[in-house]
This record gives sequence, structure tokens and C-alpha cells, in this order.
Amino acid sequence: MKQELIITVIIFILLLLKIGKDLTNEQAINLANGLLLINCIAGLFFNHSGTLFSGMFQTNALIVVEKNILSFGTLIISLQSASWLKNHSHVMEFYILLLSTLLGMFFMISSGNLLMFYLGLELSSIPLAAMANFDLTKKQSSEAAMKFIISSAFASGLLLFGISMVYGSTGTLTFSEMATRITGGPLQVFAFVLLLAGFAFKISVVPFHLWTADVYEGAPVAVTSYLSVISKGSVLFVFISVLYTAFKPMAGTWYNMLFLLSVLTIIIGNLFAIRQNNIKRFLAFSSIAQIGFILVGITGSSQMAVASVVYFVLIYVFSNLAAFGVVSLVSAVTGREQVSDYKGFYKTNPVLSWVLTIALFSLAGVPPTAGFFGKFFLLMSGAGKGNYILITIAALNMIISFYYYLRIVKAIFMDANDQPIERLIIPVYPKLALYICVAGIVVTGLAGYVFDYIHSLSFGF
Amino acid sequence: MSLSLLIILPLITAIVLLLCNGLQQVRVVALSGATVQLILAFAFLIIYWQKRAAGDQTPMLFEQDYIWFTPLNIHYHIGADGISIAMILLTAFVTIAGILVSWSMEKLSKEFFFLLVFLSMGAYGFFISLDLFTLFFFLEVAVIPKFLLIGIWGSGRKEYSAMKLALMLMGGSALVFVGLAGIYFNTTTPAGAHTFDLMQIAQMHIPLEVQKLFFPFAFIGFGIFTALFPFHTWVPDGHSSAPTAASMFLAGISMKLGGYGCLRVATFLMPDAAHAYSWIIILLATIAIIYGAFATMMQTDLKYINAYSSISHCGFVLLGIGMLTRTAIAGAVMQMVSHGLMTALFFAAIGMLYDRTHTRQVAQLGGLLKVMPFIAAVFVIAGLCSLGLPGLSGFVAEVTVFMGSWQNADAAYRLATILACASIVVTAVYILRAMGKVIMGPLQVDGGHAATLTLSDAGWNEKVAAAILIIGIIAIGIAPFWLNELIGGATTTIIEKLSFK
Repeated sequence: MKQELIITVIIFILLLLKIGKDLTNEQAINLANGLLLINCIAGLFFNHSGTLFSGMFQTNALIVVEKNILSFGTLIISLQSASWLKNHSHVMEFYILLLSTLLGMFFMISSGNLLMFYLGLELSSIPLAAMANFDLTKKQSSEAAMKFIISSAFASGLLLFGISMVYGSTGTLTFSEMATRITGGPLQVFAFVLLLAGFAFKISVVPFHLWTADVYEGAPVAVTSYLSVISKGSVLFVFISVLYTAFKPMAGTWYNMLFLLSVLTIIIGNLFAIRQNNIKRFLAFSSIAQIGFILVGITGSSQMAVASVVYFVLIYVFSNLAAFGVVSLVSAVTGREQVSDYKGFYKTNPVLSWVLTIALFSLAGVPPTAGFFGKFFLLMSGAGKGNYILITIAALNMIISFYYYLRIVKAIFMDANDQPIERLIIPVYPKLALYICVAGIVVTGLAGYVFDYIHSLSFGF
Repeated sequence: MSLSLLIILPLITAIVLLLCNGLQQVRVVALSGATVQLILAFAFLIIYWQKRAAGDQTPMLFEQDYIWFTPLNIHYHIGADGISIAMILLTAFVTIAGILVSWSMEKLSKEFFFLLVFLSMGAYGFFISLDLFTLFFFLEVAVIPKFLLIGIWGSGRKEYSAMKLALMLMGGSALVFVGLAGIYFNTTTPAGAHTFDLMQIAQMHIPLEVQKLFFPFAFIGFGIFTALFPFHTWVPDGHSSAPTAASMFLAGISMKLGGYGCLRVATFLMPDAAHAYSWIIILLATIAIIYGAFATMMQTDLKYINAYSSISHCGFVLLGIGMLTRTAIAGAVMQMVSHGLMTALFFAAIGMLYDRTHTRQVAQLGGLLKVMPFIAAVFVIAGLCSLGLPGLSGFVAEVTVFMGSWQNADAAYRLATILACASIVVTAVYILRAMGKVIMGPLQVDGGHAATLTLSDAGWNEKVAAAILIIGIIAIGIAPFWLNELIGGATTTIIEKLSFK
């Protein structure tokens, strides 16, 4: 609960300052980054487990790590958005909304009960819609927000319907009690399908992915990266614990569902990513494909699976945020977001080019970047079930994903361009964020200790 | 001495390269790094001999074993037997020659040398890995530099070739991954855990049906790297578009990763499946040998000639592995080393010619012996080695493969051996024809524009590069016994595993 309290305190500090004092943008950004840094560091000192409110709220060492990953990612996003926020008139509001969603996610991850989970989910998605609309003058931005809120509401509706049926058939909403009362009867399967659809909307699993690309394209880059990394990561964390604890008795049923969904998600995500010309849409579809790989890992249903998903999200934070960091810098200064704009990028911006390249290699899963280890462990945990058809499909899809990531690398290094993006001056905060991300991409993979640590905290199946 | 030096040293060289400024500094750093690598490789060779002479019979020497990822029982486990040492030497030779040949690489020199050194690190790591995870890791480490090297510094349809090569090799590693996962989950150590350790898995018996399922994944996966028919199509495009040093690395080192993997992982760990599938391997290898040879005859571009002949020559490696006799496998390893040196030399010579004449078309060249005798001589040596002239390494390797193949008494296999032997005639045709046209006869460059070009002979760097490779070729050619002894122990281990049912 302490982590949630810290965030609440930070929100109130920012709110009071907003009302009482007129800070310049510069000061506000510095202050917010400072508070987020304190939040990150404080998170490292928590390591407790237990439950509160008669099982509504639970925490353990793994949940603490998951929360730390999310607060860390939020800090990086905040650093990266400094150059975008500098000229914005509502800096404080942005941070208040950002932290509110983070608070919602924390509650969601810690939930031990479907009601608590729903509460956290709503707290995290409604401010996100407001954030998606944060480019106040852009029409696309409000369109994105509208699409997001409608699809969120729809997903929440499905979830609530599912939750009500779970309650109807088991008489409880607590995860641990559900595990003992779920038998896999038809009504429970129906309830589970609705719940799964709700989750699938949030993490944009095919065929529930249709909102993703439009929202990603319209929203400001900072919000897009928040949506694709932090928001998805948090839902994934809670998805695993719901699957592995509450719905454990139905493992045979949901295994087949996940098998199908993961194959669909990887293939559709990959095929659509090939054809994208806007780099944000491209990253949106590539992130759909990544979710497919994560689902492959989840099908493993073992301690290894939990560990590899959490590990992959950590790596994904670094890799995707490094990619979005470069995209947001370019977009903030030049407003160019097409893949073809990146032609000849290396000639003008060698450092940013290498950062983007390393990030893309990590997303593609090329050693020695961390993405290789993340993907390897995900697929290995999927292979632990002995379903080699799934693994072969996933492994062959790595080639397709490799193609579209290399397409960007090719544009950066090899293609000629008459009007390349001019040489960018990188402000301090985004530069720091990019260095942290690159260091993370290199270290998290090669240092075996990180994975060992996460694995030792993970719960078994 | 620690084998990890072979990974650490290129890594340090690569990092220092990033701090350098200007071509002069970059190339000096790269060359010194490569020189130390070569010295290290020889040091390991000598220590290896000393240990063997002192009666050390353990299959792997210089072993180091640290745990890397505990939950999956992944180790950083390295060690070397004779085959690894031979491959390390090959890598060191080709690396230093490649760096010398690209001495005056003006365009993005820092990145170029960085990628070359990085690629050599991947190759070293691959050849000394005794853990399948580390092996796979280094296999993939060696893919990306090739994409960038071809795509940025290449010529012709470079982006297309780079993409094709990268995707096909990635496809290979995806198949390898499935094979490794299959091996991993179907073997259990006495302690009850799964393991990636090569030597431990070798002592376990994998059920035949499991072997039959996963052998094709592993073998085809590695086979793609070594131009297994019909997955050879990246070879001509990749080699012809690559800059000279990258062609040398590709053909000299990178294609050997595949052969080594086929032997060390697929065949060694799944011997029963290797017996069951050997007829397919031999069929594909024979097709590759003959098809490669005839396809080469039709080529008019020197780089394409060497690329297609590489398909044919790498066919001998797979043929040797597929025959599953001791001599044939020894021949396959010798062919890997020999082809690595020979083809690197060939590409170096072609690169030198191209730098001066700006054409690689056989029809547009002639009489170059008169103006650049050294380069022409290198070209002749490489060509003769390729067609298997006694005294050079190609002859030794091919004869060993053929003798070993004949030992396999199956009539159909002997037919394949005869067909493969016959391909040498075709090799002689295309090599002699190209050589005759390019270096003999009246001087001709690019349809008569010779006056505008400065047709100087090789510079010191090119001479040293060629000399290093030629020394290697001749050392194997006139004294093959040292190589044979070097790899003898290792091939015995593999054969014992293969004949043990």
C-alpha cells in the first residue's frame, strides 16, 4: 500500500501547487521528474507481502517488482516528453493525469478481487483518454481520445458482464476462492470468454486490436508510448495472475484459446506492420505482434512463464521507450512521422540512429540486445508445454518481424534522401532517458542476474 | 590461457574502435586487434598440441563453465577440441586478411571496421561454445553485421541482397531454435533438470522419434548458413553485393558456422536421425555440388563465379557429413578450413582487380598478368586451389572427402561420390576459362578504357593479406597431416557417438 500512498501524495502535491502557485513549465517539469525519481527510488526499498481489506488488496515481492517496472517506465516517459511539454500550457494537468493512471494500475496489479481489479482498471483508463486528447489543437488527437474511450467502455462492459457471470456461478469475486469453486462448466466458460475479451481489448490482442493503430497515431507520442508499454504491461501482469490463480482449474480450456489468439495476433500484427508507412502506426502493429509472443509465453503456464513475461515487459519498457523516445524527439522538432522521413537519418543524426537501431534490434530479438533473451525465454516457456507447432509458427514469424524492423534500419542507414531530417539538438532529459534505455537494453539481457531474480520471485502454477 | 580471450579481445577492439577518429587510427586499431587474435589463435594451437602430447585425452580442452541463467540451466560454457581450434585459426586468418584488404575504406570507416570485428567475435564465440544457448546466441550475433555490411558498403542491388541474406539466415536460426528447444525438453540430466550442455546431451540417448522430428529443424537451420540446396539462393546475391572484406567474411567464416553446426549439433547430438536421413543429405549435397558447378559455368561476373562455386564446394562439406564415415567427416572439416581460406583469397583477388579496373565482367577483362603480376598470381593460386590442384589445400580436402565417401559401401552413395568427383571437371572448365580470359591474352579493361585507369599492382597491405591466406593454403596443401592430426581426436569422438547405437 505504501507505493500507492506515495503516488497519492505526489498527486496531491502537484494539485496543490497547481492551485496555489504559478510555476513555469520548466520548474513544473523539473519538479515532476524529481518526484517521479523519488517514487522510483522509494519503490526499491519496499519488499513486503500481505493482504489488506479482507483480501481485496494483496502485495508480494513480485508485485512490488512489477510496480517498480511501471514507475520506472513512467519516469522514462516523463523525461522523454520534456521537450514536448515545454511549450504546452497544461503541464501540471498532464502529470496529474499520468500519475492517476499509474495509481489505477498499481491498484489493479495488487487486486485480489475482481471488483478491485475493475476499479483499478477504470482509474487507469479514464485519465488515459484525457491524455490521448492532450494535443488540444489537433483534430486527430481528439479523434484518438474518442476512439479510446469508446473501445475502453466497450471492453469494460464486456468485463463487467463476465464478472457478473462469474459471481453468479461461483458466488465469490475473490481470486483465491474462485480457484476453488471454478469447475469449468458452460456458464463459467462463457464468463471466462467475456473476461478474456475484455483483457484482450486492453492489451490489443487480435481480433480486439482495431482501436490500437488509430489511437497510437492520433495521440501525442508520450501518450502513445505510455499506452503501448505501461498500460499494456500492467494489464498483462494482472492477466497472468487472474489466469494462473483464479482460472487455474480451467487451464485446459484457456490453453486452447490462448493458442489460437497468440497465433492470430502474431500473424496479423506482423502482416499489418509490414505495410505501415507512419512510424507510430508501425510501432502499434509491431507491439501487437509482440503481445502475440507474450501470449505464447503465457501458454507455458509455469513459474518460468510468469518470470519470462515479467522479464519481457521489463525489456519491452527499455526497447519500446528507446524507439518512441527517438520518434518523439523527431516528431516534436520536425513534426515528421513517416517511415520514409527516416531515410538518410544516419547522415544527420548518427547517435539517434544508433539508439533507434539498437531499440529496433531489441524489439526484433537480435542478440546481444536484451530482446533476444526476452523472446528466447518466452518461446522456451511456451515450448515447455510440448506444443511445437505453436513454437514453430512463432519462430517463423520472427522472420517476418525481422523484415519490417530491418526495413526501418535500411531506411536509416542505406536509403538516400534529398531532405533528411535535420540535425537535432537533444535536450538533457530526453538524452538521459535514451541513455538509460540503451544501457537497459544491453545490461538486462547479458546480466543473467536480472532474470534469475525475477524468476526467484515468481509464483508457480 | 582462457578461451574467453577470443571473445573479450574482439570486444575490446570494437569498443576502442568506437572511440577512434579518422581512418588512420581506426585501421591501425583494427589491424592490431586482428594481429593479436592471430597470435592468440596460434598460441591456442600450440598449447593444444602440448596438452595432447602430454597425454591429455579429455575431449574438450580449455573448458570454462559459469552459470548464466539459473532457471533454465543455461551456462556460459566454452571449450575447444581440434575442430574448434582449426575453425579459430581459420577465423583469425580471414579476419586479418579482411582488415588488410579494406585498408583504404574511406566511407564510414569506423562503423565498417567495428562491424567486421564484431562479426569475428560472433564467429569465435560460436566455434568455442559448448552450451547450445551460447552457440545460438553467437550464431545470431554474426547475422546482423552482415546485413549492415552489405547494405551500407555493398554494390549493385545491395539492399535487396542484404535483406534476402538477413531474412534467410534468420529463417535458419529460427529453425535451429526449434531444434534446440526440442533437444532441450526431451533430454534430462541424471539430476532431473533439462540442459543445454552439448557434452552432457551427447551422453544421453534421445529417443529415435524425437530425433527424427527435430533433426531436420537443426540440420536445415544450420544448412541454410552453409548453402544447403535449395536454400542456397542468398549465397550468390549476398556475396556479389558485399564489399570485398564482407564477401571474404561471408564465404570464409560465416558459411562455416553452418557446416560446424550441422556437424557439432545436428549430427553429433542426434546420430540415429543422421543415419536415417543421411540419404536425403547426400542427395541434396550432390545436387548442390553438380548444380553449383554447372551454374558457375554460366556466370560472367567474377564474384558470381566464386559465389556459385562456393555452393558447389560447400556441398562437399555436407556430402562429407552425410556419409557418416570417419574419413569423410575429417574431410568435411578440412574442406571447411580449405574453402574458407581459398574463397577468402579468391574474393580478395577479385576485390583487388575490381578496385583497379572497376569491372568484374570476365568479358571485359584480359591480360592483367602484364600490368599487375602479383594480383594475377594470387588469382591463379586461388583458382588452382579451387579446382583441386595437388599441393594446395583444396586437393587434400576434396580427396579426403571422396575417400571417406567411398568407404560408405552403399551403392547409391558411391554413385553420389562418383557424381561429386565428376564435378571437378566442370570446376576445371570454369576456373581455367575465367583465368585464361582475365589474366592471359592482350591487355583489355572495360572495352578499351584502360588509359583512364591506373592499373597498379598490389599495395603492401594487399600483398600481406594475400600472403597470409596463401601460407595457410600451402601449409595444408603440402603438410596435411598436421590438420588431420589436429582434428583426429574430435572426429573420433563424433564417430564413436555415431556408431554407438
